[in-house]
Amino acid sequence: MPRTTVSGASRRPAILLAAAAAALLAVGVAGCGSSDQPSTESSPTASASAATEVLGVRDPWVKAADHGMSAAFATLVNDGDTDVTVTAVATDVSPMELHGMSMKDGKMVMQPKEGGMVVKAKSTYVLEPGGDHLMMLDLKQPVQAGDELTFTLTFADGRTQTFTAVAKPFTGAQEDYEPGHGDSHGHDQPTPHESTSSAA
Amino acid sequence: MTSRPTPRPVSRRGLLTGGALTAGALAGAAAVAAVRTGEPSAGPGGAIPVAAVGSAVEPFHGQRQAGVATAPQAHAAFVAFNLRPGTDRAGVGRMLRLLSDDAARLTQGRPALADTEPELGLLPARLTVTFGFGPGLYAAAGLDDRRPPSVADLPAFRIDRLQPRWSGGDLLLQICADDPVTVAHAQRVLIKDSRPFVTVRWVQQGFRRAAGAEPGRTQRNLFGQLDGTANPTPGGPLETAVWVPEGPPWLRDSTTLVVRRISMNLETWDLLGRTERELAVGRRLDTGAPLTGAAEHDQPDFAATDPDGLTVIPDFSHLTRAHVTDDRQKILRRPYSYDGTPTAEGHADSGLIFTSYQADITRQFLPIQQRLAEQDLLNEWTSPIGSAVFAIPPGCPEGGWIGQQLLG
Repeated sequence: MPRTTVSGASRRPAILLAAAAAALLAVGVAGCGSSDQPSTESSPTASASAATEVLGVRDPWVKAADHGMSAAFATLVNDGDTDVTVTAVATDVSPMELHGMSMKDGKMVMQPKEGGMVVKAKSTYVLEPGGDHLMMLDLKQPVQAGDELTFTLTFADGRTQTFTAVAKPFTGAQEDYEPGHGDSHGHDQPTPHESTSSAA
Repeated sequence: MTSRPTPRPVSRRGLLTGGALTAGALAGAAAVAAVRTGEPSAGPGGAIPVAAVGSAVEPFHGQRQAGVATAPQAHAAFVAFNLRPGTDRAGVGRMLRLLSDDAARLTQGRPALADTEPELGLLPARLTVTFGFGPGLYAAAGLDDRRPPSVADLPAFRIDRLQPRWSGGDLLLQICADDPVTVAHAQRVLIKDSRPFVTVRWVQQGFRRAAGAEPGRTQRNLFGQLDGTANPTPGGPLETAVWVPEGPPWLRDSTTLVVRRISMNLETWDLLGRTERELAVGRRLDTGAPLTGAAEHDQPDFAATDPDGLTVIPDFSHLTRAHVTDDRQKILRRPYSYDGTPTAEGHADSGLIFTSYQADITRQFLPIQQRLAEQDLLNEWTSPIGSAVFAIPPGCPEGGWIGQQLLG
């Protein structure tokens, strides 16, 4: 589900609560860091080109996987006064789509984000397992734990922005990867054991 | 495009329940975070107070790793790993980048990247994560020429009763904090991120007095003895004893660590009277003073004799055998007690996770250990059951990672 700080994003009470909590957490975590710049982390994994920065990309990471599908996650930060719409994402190692979870006939389903991801002015937009994410549809090569991948976001006004994300071993987020039953492509469910071979 | 994800139905009830739980937990975490920074809390139910012990922070980045000269925290986990076959120099580097990032965040009270329990990452409680490299790591990386020469298997000692389950290791993570939940969470996060590269070889968990219970007091082991009195004092002596002052970037500001698991036989120790116990160690149990002195840090007088002509401090006492005066030959001990499950008969499984930091194991630790192995009354009641050696590489600057000078 989209967890923007804009309450109009959903009419579901639980979702509103989550959105409010996300906003609180963003403030709290930023406040307890040693840095005064909440949108830049001290890690080697978080970076965005300052010169062309449209959004802050906080804590980007990608799920390590040997093949098949994966996804990238981050918190997008819009410090500006106008809404920003992400219309596409790309990386060298896989075709990608913007994916969201949305309510359909009383059930949550994953599907491409029609109209892109709108990061409201002065808001953050959380991409996380179980929620909206940057979907990697078909890996051309293994994404190994500790690898750093470069992604390019394209915005509605044609601007672009790149960021790098580190690959983390992560066993959750299965729902993002699981095609329906009967799928013939044999997508894996990465486990620590399987990840081993990619590290070797 | 060959693979398009099919929408996967999720139970609405399950999702909404999960969402509500998440919201509550996150709001609580936000309240905690707000308190730590002195900001008014906007969370429901008001602020959750956090004591100073929970919010205290030790630096992660710097010339030297934390967790060595750092005042010992109350809880520790020593986690040793084996490199998986095929984890090479590049793989070790990728692993250390991930683990350094986890440590950099968690030690500063921030959840790790992709932390599945982020609320557990908000109370650092002086968390330190110290990285150690065993001989096997240098070999796997093809960098044996960069291994500090003294970081090698120790010679066998007469007193050793070593068990493989407590010995050796290619990589060590020493995780210390004043809060056991913080240690547990850090251990979980670090192990999860290490799994593609290593397997867990052994874990030793230990404790000292609770944070703030006895500020500035030398540690007491489970024999009731003060343990660590002879440590080099902070400042010049510790500097000389512990840190490598020069050399290539992967050696300068490094140190070495010997971890020995010392089983302490509380059953046979119980058979001793108080005087015998004090003679065994050469110190008073209450004050820790040498038997020839009045206060803990009085210099022992090994020549002093009693009316019978015997030395007041027995020649075979632990104090006599371990005594070193030259700072260049001293070791820094930073021990933790362990207390396992007693047998059905009520016999204790207790002991010490002995840790010794020194610039050079061969120059400093080995001579002391050899003297103790030859003659030390305490050997009657103690047995080394585990042993491992590690290089503690230099620290890293912000944005860097532990091991970058060696592997980068």
